[in-house]
Amino acid sequence: MSYIAKPKVAHPSLPKNKLGLTARDYEGTVSTLCAGCGHDSVTAAIIQAVFQLNIEPHMLAKMSGIGCSSKTPAYFVSGAHGFNSVHGRMPSVTTGANAANRALTYIGVSGDGDSLSIGAGQFVHAIRRNLNMCYIIENNGVYGLTKGQFSASADVGSKPKKGEPNEMEPIDPVSVALALGATYVARSFSGDKEQLVPLIQGALTHKGFALVDVISPCVTFNDHEGSTKSYKHTRQFYHHVVDADFVPPAAEIKAAYEQGSSMPVELHDGSRIVLRKVDKAYDPTSRAAAFAYLRERVNAGEITTGLLYIDSLRKEMHEVMGNTSTPLCQLPLESLHPGAAELKKITARYR
Amino acid sequence: MATINDVVVKIATVNGTGSASANGLLMKSIFRMGIPVVGKNYFPSNIQGLPTWYEVRVTGAGYQSRSDRVDLMVAMNAQTYASDLADVRPGGYLLYDSTWPRQKELHRDGVTVLGVPLSRLCNENFEGARARILMKNIAYVGVVAALLDIDLAVITKLLEETFAAKKHLVDSNMQAIRLGYDYAQQHFSCPLPNKVQAMNGTAGKIVIDGNTAAGLGCMYAGATVGAWYPITPSTSLMDAFRSFCTKYRVEPDTGARTFCIIQAEDELAAIGMVLGAAWNGARAFTPTSGPGISLMSEFIGFAYYAEIPAVIFDVQRTGPSTGMPTRTQQSDLMSCAYASHGDTKHVLLFPANPHECFEMAQSAFDLAERLQTPVIVMSDLDIGMNDWMVPDFEFDESRVPDRGKVVTADELEKMEKFYRYMDVDGDGIAPRSLPGVHAKGSYFTRGSGHSRYGSYTEDSAAYQDVMDRLLVKWETARSIVPGPEIEYSKFNKAGILTIGSGDGACLEARDRLAAQKINVNYCRVRAFPFSNAVREFIAQHEVIYVVEQNRDAQLRSMLMLDIDAEPTKLVPLLHYNGMPINAGFVVQRVLEEIAKGRAA
Repeated sequence: MSYIAKPKVAHPSLPKNKLGLTARDYEGTVSTLCAGCGHDSVTAAIIQAVFQLNIEPHMLAKMSGIGCSSKTPAYFVSGAHGFNSVHGRMPSVTTGANAANRALTYIGVSGDGDSLSIGAGQFVHAIRRNLNMCYIIENNGVYGLTKGQFSASADVGSKPKKGEPNEMEPIDPVSVALALGATYVARSFSGDKEQLVPLIQGALTHKGFALVDVISPCVTFNDHEGSTKSYKHTRQFYHHVVDADFVPPAAEIKAAYEQGSSMPVELHDGSRIVLRKVDKAYDPTSRAAAFAYLRERVNAGEITTGLLYIDSLRKEMHEVMGNTSTPLCQLPLESLHPGAAELKKITARYR
Repeated sequence: MATINDVVVKIATVNGTGSASANGLLMKSIFRMGIPVVGKNYFPSNIQGLPTWYEVRVTGAGYQSRSDRVDLMVAMNAQTYASDLADVRPGGYLLYDSTWPRQKELHRDGVTVLGVPLSRLCNENFEGARARILMKNIAYVGVVAALLDIDLAVITKLLEETFAAKKHLVDSNMQAIRLGYDYAQQHFSCPLPNKVQAMNGTAGKIVIDGNTAAGLGCMYAGATVGAWYPITPSTSLMDAFRSFCTKYRVEPDTGARTFCIIQAEDELAAIGMVLGAAWNGARAFTPTSGPGISLMSEFIGFAYYAEIPAVIFDVQRTGPSTGMPTRTQQSDLMSCAYASHGDTKHVLLFPANPHECFEMAQSAFDLAERLQTPVIVMSDLDIGMNDWMVPDFEFDESRVPDRGKVVTADELEKMEKFYRYMDVDGDGIAPRSLPGVHAKGSYFTRGSGHSRYGSYTEDSAAYQDVMDRLLVKWETARSIVPGPEIEYSKFNKAGILTIGSGDGACLEARDRLAAQKINVNYCRVRAFPFSNAVREFIAQHEVIYVVEQNRDAQLRSMLMLDIDAEPTKLVPLLHYNGMPINAGFVVQRVLEEIAKGRAA
């Protein structure tokens, strides 16, 4: 991880958000990933998304596990608190952090190695709890830090730089999330910032578990001919099925949408996501339809992208439990016990 | 020999038959007569159909540990007749259900066998299979009441309290008690020579298990996040916390909860949740047992290095591996003290009974927040799941909980820059900031190498600087953890040193040894790292009997590692068969060691 701070000089004409901050204020330290790494593009998209959403930096919590992807929280929003945990355990740490303080915005950055192997158990259970967080998987099909072994998301037939092609079925995080009832399921490509930024904004605003699976090519170990997670392959085979425009609260929907292809979805804070259906037959509110469509396109060799499924009504973890709206960590300790006299009444039952 | 208030009753039943409430009734009625009592449950890792025993030791002298004899065996399980009969002391008694012809093996010279047709009596008086089975248990309590001279008025009152809302159950239970009681009065010479008699030995005492006490302690400590994965024998701790919170942690106006209990997918996640919550400033905990500690180890090491408070209860059971999940041991000492790879060591607390579980649950949170590190409360199955007679709990409302060094928004505002791992006070503890409090408080929490400024490092000196400060913190921990309980006389050259649930057996053994003119001093260690008082105690003696409930003398090794205790002085007295240690074992082993010393 980098410890080189970027110079703090900002051009006076840089646009400011409602907090008076520029996009530069949402940057982190200099990335130490390989030049051309897809993850750096995702980092840039996160910076833009958080800047535009006017999130106070210290009200953002950046969570991660271990791997190239998990280093990236150091590279965005230096003013946010970061928690770089152990391999595959970002979901549990985020669950506990959110349990204690529901007032923060949680962004978790993980990879295919971190989430689909050691972290598979925690990934699926965070979905099951409908934990209120934005969960980004920077998906490149390989383990980068240990120099190029296949991950569980490697496609059948994908060729490594050296050795035999992968023969095992991949674990597709989007299919898993749909099967488990995740309430916001999106896929994008690190090379498509126009699509990615609003998807991240929607994910950060959505109340519940929001997955953004981002194909993010590894330039060093998985960008060669025969790889199905290379820039070239992804550009050739990816298809937008539903794009999303993020509209902040109280803002007007200005864009002109073609009749029958657009669908606004209201989020809990009054902001909206306008879904633009590239394929008019696609229904992003039907899990069954989304799942069937996805499988069909996979069989055709296509990579389906966009906001594939959304359910903005289901209760998130705290709502299910009926917890107080005050963050638990802010409750004074003296308000949390019934006192000495009541203790006597409690222990009287044990006489 | 006739005795008053010194009798041991052991009840052999089959699990899943509802005998637990009958046994609890028996124990509680003796306690209510003002007589100190010890109850131990020996149960299988099973839901229904396997042998289970409950032992009630009536001890007017107020000893805490289980006995090493059985005066009256209530043999309700034909599967175990032979071994149950063998357990009875010469001159003792065995009670069995004589509805069916007496089996041949139920005969031993010197043991009086008492037959009561419990099944027949219950079948004649109650309807329905389930009621008949349950009432048979209550009926043997009636027989024991007659044999020991337990006050029926006390039993009646207990039943009235238990079934306050169901009057008909009081009547049917009392009917069953009378069936057994009257039968015994008519057929045997009641009471037996070993009987009970009301006394005043329980004033200010309660009967409670350690897990309930710890759960209550967590509620009083202000814990708001509890994450856990079910595992015997720790499960009832979270059950208790949930039950207390459901009553006392609901906002009156909104009905909203001020606690969050998460049943995690595994122990890996449970500890992760605790760290996430504690990082955000909540008091968070997880109860578990040995296998859970193994799984949590990676994160425990993370919390040590990233300096995040965590409270863990290890209700120890018999290892290694799955071991014997419903038997007790103190065999997780080393794995907890040094959990995780790399140079790590962790603060441990050793409660000796449920009273200390209540107290230490609270001090664990204070220590964890003060020291910004995991604190593991080392309970065990014996403490956690058995009912103990202990002093009533006190809560001092004027006591201010220690939240440790947490910088406030105002303090951050005034700072030029905040550095997370900078030791400004020289005690090895760097102030921490909480997320969401102030923009200047932000830092990056990581398990990778970091400098005192909180930044990533691969620089040797910057790395070592932090590792060395953690040792300074360790010494601070040594000075603030609960000190040992010591009983010392300068005339004694030998001392017994133990931890946790070894307390009762060792104290009783001291009395028994003293009766043989062997006087030993006593040190009950209450925390790791070991206080200087422990070091001094060892220095003051020629020989230290280190009494612990594991095979490998783990406590003894820790004394050598942490305070350089002289190995030749430390004589291991190891009890590790899964049953709670008793005084007889300690006495026997001390005598053996003395004999060995004389021979040498």
